[in-house]
Amino acid sequence: MKTALGFLVALTVLTALAFAPLFVGPYQLGLLIGLTGYVTLASAWALFSGRTGYVSLATVAFFGIGAYTVAVLSETMPYPLVLLVAAAIGLCVALLVGLATLRLAGVYFVIFSFGLAELVRQLVTWFETSVNGTLGRYIFLPLEAEHIYWQLLALAALTLLLTWWIQRTRLGLALKVIADDETVASHIGINIAWTKIALFTLSAIIMTLVGAIQAPRWTYVEPAIVFSPTVSFLTLIMALFGGASRLWGPALGAIPLFLLFEWLSASFPNHYSILLGLLFIIIVFLLPRGVVGFIEDKFQRKSPADLVEKPARVKEADQ
Amino acid sequence: MLMTTLIAGLVLGGSYALLAMGLTIQYGIARTMNLAYGETIIASAFAAYLLYNNLGISPILGLVIIAPAGFVFGWLVYGILMRPLVARSENTATLEINSILATFGLLFVIQGVMLVIFGGNYISYNYLNFGVEIIGVRVAANRLLALGLALTIGGGLYLLLTRTRWGTTLRAVAVNPAAAPLVGIDANRAARFAFALGGALASSGGVVVSMYQTFTASSGVIFTMKALIVVIMGGVGNLAGALFAGLILGLSETFVAAYISPGLTIAAVYIIFLVILLCRPAGLFGKVQK
Repeated sequence: MKTALGFLVALTVLTALAFAPLFVGPYQLGLLIGLTGYVTLASAWALFSGRTGYVSLATVAFFGIGAYTVAVLSETMPYPLVLLVAAAIGLCVALLVGLATLRLAGVYFVIFSFGLAELVRQLVTWFETSVNGTLGRYIFLPLEAEHIYWQLLALAALTLLLTWWIQRTRLGLALKVIADDETVASHIGINIAWTKIALFTLSAIIMTLVGAIQAPRWTYVEPAIVFSPTVSFLTLIMALFGGASRLWGPALGAIPLFLLFEWLSASFPNHYSILLGLLFIIIVFLLPRGVVGFIEDKFQRKSPADLVEKPARVKEADQ
Repeated sequence: MLMTTLIAGLVLGGSYALLAMGLTIQYGIARTMNLAYGETIIASAFAAYLLYNNLGISPILGLVIIAPAGFVFGWLVYGILMRPLVARSENTATLEINSILATFGLLFVIQGVMLVIFGGNYISYNYLNFGVEIIGVRVAANRLLALGLALTIGGGLYLLLTRTRWGTTLRAVAVNPAAAPLVGIDANRAARFAFALGGALASSGGVVVSMYQTFTASSGVIFTMKALIVVIMGGVGNLAGALFAGLILGLSETFVAAYISPGLTIAAVYIIFLVILLCRPAGLFGKVQK
C-alpha cells in the first residue's frame, strides 16, 4: 500500500515535470536541464559509492566519455545508435577499471578514480592534438532543449527506479551485508568483487549517458570543458549532502545545492571555490549522514536494522 | 640528450621524493589523508615568489621563514579540522573517508584564496638561472640547488626519524597507534606533531619546486596526486621507499616527455601507478600483510 502510494506520488511529480517545458522560459528550462543532469549523476554516484563506501571521483571521466562519443559520432550515425555506443564504451571502461581496482580500499580508490578522470582527459587531448590535429569539436544535432530535458528526465526516473529495485533484489541484500561486514559476506558465499563491479558498471553507464545526452547543449566541446573535475566534486557533495545511502537522498541534495551553486557562480564568480570548500567542510562536520539521515535521526522511529548494535567494522585500511 | 634528460629527471624526482616524504609522514603516522597537501605546496611556492620578487629575499633564506610557517599551518589544521574527526571516527576506514572529505573542502578554500590573490596565470621567477657545466652537460644552477636542497632536507629528516628518540616515538605510533600509549607515548600529540612536520615538508618542497618550475594557483591537485602515487609506490610511512619511488617517477616522467610526447606524462605516471597497485599493493618495499 505504502509502495503503491509512493509510486503514485512519484508518477504524478514526474508527469508534472514532463510538462514543465510548456510553461517555463528558455532560461528556466536550461536550469531544469542542469538540475535533472545533476540529480541523475548524484543518484548514479550514490548507487555505487553510497552503498559500498568507495568514494569515487571518476564521475567526470564517464560523463566526458559520453559527451565526447556524441561529439565524434553524431555526424556519422543516427542519434539513438550514438547513445548506445556511448553506453557501450562506458560499460567497457567501467568493467576494465572495476576489474583492476575494486580490490583497492579507501584512499587508494579515491586517488585512482580522480587520476582516471585526468588520464582520460589527457589521452583525449593528446589524441585530438597530435593524431587528429585539432582540439575541440562541434556538435550539430537537430535537438531542442526540451528534447534533452525529456531524455534526462527519463534517465533520472530510470536511475531512481533501478536503485529502488536493486534494494529489494538479492543484489541489494548482498550489498547490505558487504557494507556491514565484508568478511561475513564472503563467508556466506557472496561474490564481493562481482557485486561491486556490477554496481560500479551500472552507475558508470548512467553517468556516461548523462554526458551523452547533455552534449548537444554545448554545441562546442573540448576536453577541458567536458572533463572538468568540478563535475565530479559537485556530484560527490550533492550526494553526501542529501544522504548517499538513501534512495531519495542524492536527488534531495542535488536540488538545493545545484540552485545554490548556480547562484553562487553568478553572484560571486571569484570567490566560488572558497564558498564551495567551506560548504564541503560544513557538510562533513554537521551532516555526516546527509540531510535524509539527519531527519531520520531526529524525527523518525529507528528502523529495526539500525537498532541492532553494529559491531565496529575492521577493514584493512592500510592495504 | 640522454645525460640532460637523466639529470632533469633526477632533479624532478628529488623534488617528488621530498614532497612525498611529508605526505607519507602525515598519512603513515597521523593516519589522516590530507588532500589539501598540494595546496600547501603551491601556497609556499607563491610565498617564495613574493619574498623573492618583492622583498629580494632569496628562496634559501625564504625557506627558513616558509618551512616553519608550514609547520604552524599543519599544526593548526590538525587541531581544528582533523582532531574532531579523529575523535568521531570509530575506525581507521571511517577516519580515512572523513579526513578525505574534510581536506577536500580545505583544498577548495586554499585554492580559492590563491585564485583571488594571484589569479589563474602561470608564475615563475628568475633565481640562479644560469647554466653550470656538470659531467659534460649544462644544467641550470637553480635545478642543481633544488636537487641539493631536496637531498639535504630529505636526508636530515631520515636521520631525525631513525636516529633520535623522538623519531622513534613517531615511528612507534606509525607501527601501532593503539599500543603506543602503553609505553607512555602520547599518540595524539605525536600524530599532531607528525601532521605539522608533514606541513613543513610540503612547504619546503613548494619552495624547492618554485625555483625551477612554473606553477599556477590550481596546480596543487596534480602535486597531491603525484605525491600520493610516490607514497603508495614506496609503501606508506616508508621514507627510503618514498625517495626511491620519487626518483623513479621523476625519471620516467622526464624520459616520456623527452622521447615520446610531453602530452603523455600523466598517462605514464598513471600506468606506473596502476601496475604497482596491481602487483604490489603494499608498495615496492612493503611487506605483504594478510
